[in-house]
Amino acid sequence: MGRRRLAAVLLGAASLLGIGLYARRGRERERLDLYFADGSMVSIDGASPEAARFLPLAHDALRAARS
Amino acid sequence: MREANLSAMTEAQTALAELTEISSQVEAAVLFDGSGAVAAATVSAEAAARFASSARALLESAQQLREGELRQVEAATGEGSLFVAREGEQLIAAVTSPEPTAGLVFYDLKSCLRRAVEKPKPKRRSRAQAGGTP
Repeated sequence: MGRRRLAAVLLGAASLLGIGLYARRGRERERLDLYFADGSMVSIDGASPEAARFLPLAHDALRAARS
Repeated sequence: MREANLSAMTEAQTALAELTEISSQVEAAVLFDGSGAVAAATVSAEAAARFASSARALLESAQQLREGELRQVEAATGEGSLFVAREGEQLIAAVTSPEPTAGLVFYDLKSCLRRAVEKPKPKRRSRAQAGGTP
């Protein structure tokens, strides 16, 4: 009985940890890809100061589109 | 003139309807022009205005980063992706769930944009209507 309870607790803790890591991974993948007419592409990482100017606008657009 | 505007709006609505039917990745989309005026949208008018305004602001701010004409933008976030594409003075913005196939989404958006700005072809007149000999 004790082992089963322990296994259930461990399973629950592992699930929570997995959910947390997955959510964090998602946040880290934020980025901005810019495609220019000459065929060049610039990718800005979500953690960079430049991205901080643009990502709030993307979040606003996502919220508006889903409202 | 008013007839032409109505025709353009109908074309835009039709193009958006086709886009959402073809692309399973696109959740919502809006067609608008450089001034921010909405031509058609898959969301309410109020939401479409905010959606277009944010997408336009993003494109304009990003344009200042570098020389050269900015044609397309993908902003990927944990909540989903925002796509903005431009063809001349016409723009389209769309949102998808996280980690979409960006190439396919851009292809569908560009096709939609081209279809929306295309002028409807005049209907062919039959010989009888044209007054020709039977």
